[in-house]
Amino acid sequence: MKILKNAAAGTVESSDAYVTVEPLGEEISVEVESVVIEQFGEDIERCAREVLAELGVEGARLVINDRGALECVIRARVETAVRRAGGDLS
Amino acid sequence: MIRSLLFFPGNNPNMLINASALLSDALIFDLEDAVSPAEKDAARILVRNTLRYMDHGSAETVVRINSVDTAYWRSDVQAIIPERPSMLLLPKVGSASDVRELECEMARVEAECGMEVGSVGIIALIETALGVENAFQIATSSPRVRALFLGAEDLTADLRCKRTKEGREIEYSRQRLVVAARAAGIDVYDTPFTDVNDDEGIIKDAMLARALGFSGKAAISPRHVGAINDAFSPDEAEIEYAFEVIEAIERAKAEGKGAIALRGKMIDAPIVARAERTIEMARALGLGRRKA
Repeated sequence: MKILKNAAAGTVESSDAYVTVEPLGEEISVEVESVVIEQFGEDIERCAREVLAELGVEGARLVINDRGALECVIRARVETAVRRAGGDLS
Repeated sequence: MIRSLLFFPGNNPNMLINASALLSDALIFDLEDAVSPAEKDAARILVRNTLRYMDHGSAETVVRINSVDTAYWRSDVQAIIPERPSMLLLPKVGSASDVRELECEMARVEAECGMEVGSVGIIALIETALGVENAFQIATSSPRVRALFLGAEDLTADLRCKRTKEGREIEYSRQRLVVAARAAGIDVYDTPFTDVNDDEGIIKDAMLARALGFSGKAAISPRHVGAINDAFSPDEAEIEYAFEVIEAIERAKAEGKGAIALRGKMIDAPIVARAERTIEMARALGLGRRKA
C-alpha cells in the first residue's frame, strides 16, 4: 500500500495509542513515545513494523504515542492510520 | 445460555480490553450507535483485533454491525465474520428481507474464508414499529436467527411516545416479541435499563422482563450485569421444587399412576417441562440442590 498523505488514528486516552503516518520516500521510520518505553519500546516498534509489512507499506514515517495500549490495540491503530493514509476508508 | 448482554463501544480500547472480566454471558461490541461516522473504520479494525487476539473465556461474542441501509454494513461483515464471533446483532430490522440480505453476505464471506456456512448466528434488533409488527416473520426468516432483541429507545422515538422507567409504553412490544420468538422457538432479549445509577430500578425491570418470558436482558453498564444474572437465574426454592417435580413424576411412573399431586397441586406436562428447564439451567450455571 502506498502512503499518499498524512493521516492519524487512535487517541491519547489510557490504554490507547495515537498513531500518525506520513509519506517518506522508500524508507520506513518508526518512532515510539511511551511511558513504558524501557520495558516495551522494542515490542511496540516490532509489532508496528509487522503491520506495515503485512500491508505492503514501503515508504512511511510512523509516530506512535502509546498510552499503555495492548499489542492488539497498537496493531489496530497502525493499520487504521496506514489505510487512511493510503486512501482505503472501507 | 445468555442471561446478560453487555454493550461495549467499539472504538474504546480501555473498555474492550476489560470486557471478559465483567461477568456478562454475552459481550456486544458495538460498531453502530456508539461509533461516530468518522471512526467507523477504526472501530471495525479494533473490534476485529479484539476478537482475534483476546480470550473472552466462556462469554458469547456478539458484534452489533451497522444496519443494512448504511454504507458500512458490508465492510463490517467482511471484517468481522472471519474472526468467528458467536453472532452478529443487526440493528433496525424492519422485515424478513433485512435479515435475508445480511444472511447472503454472511454466507458469501464464510465460504470465502473456508468456514462452515451458517456457523455465525444473527440476533435481530427490533426497534421500529414495523419491526414489532413483523416480529414473527423476522424470527423465522432464517435458521441463523437465534434471538429477537427489543430496542426500546429507538422504538419509542418511532412510536412518538416518551420512554419511561415504568415502561408502560413498551408493554405491547415486549409481549409481542416474546410471543413471536417463542412461537419461532428462539430466544428473546429485553432492552437495556438506561439509568445507570438506579440499582433498585434495574432489579425491578429485570424481574419484570423475566416474568414476561424474556430469556435475558441487555445492559449498557457493568453495574447492571449482576442484577440481570440474578433475575434470570433460578433461585434455591425454584431448583428444589423442580427436583421434587421430577422425583414425583418418576415415582408416579414406577407406581403406574397416571396423575400425581405435589404440594397440593396436580403435576401436568407444562409443570414438568418447566421443571426440566429449571434443572437444565441450574446445571448449566453450576447451581446445586440444597439437600440431597
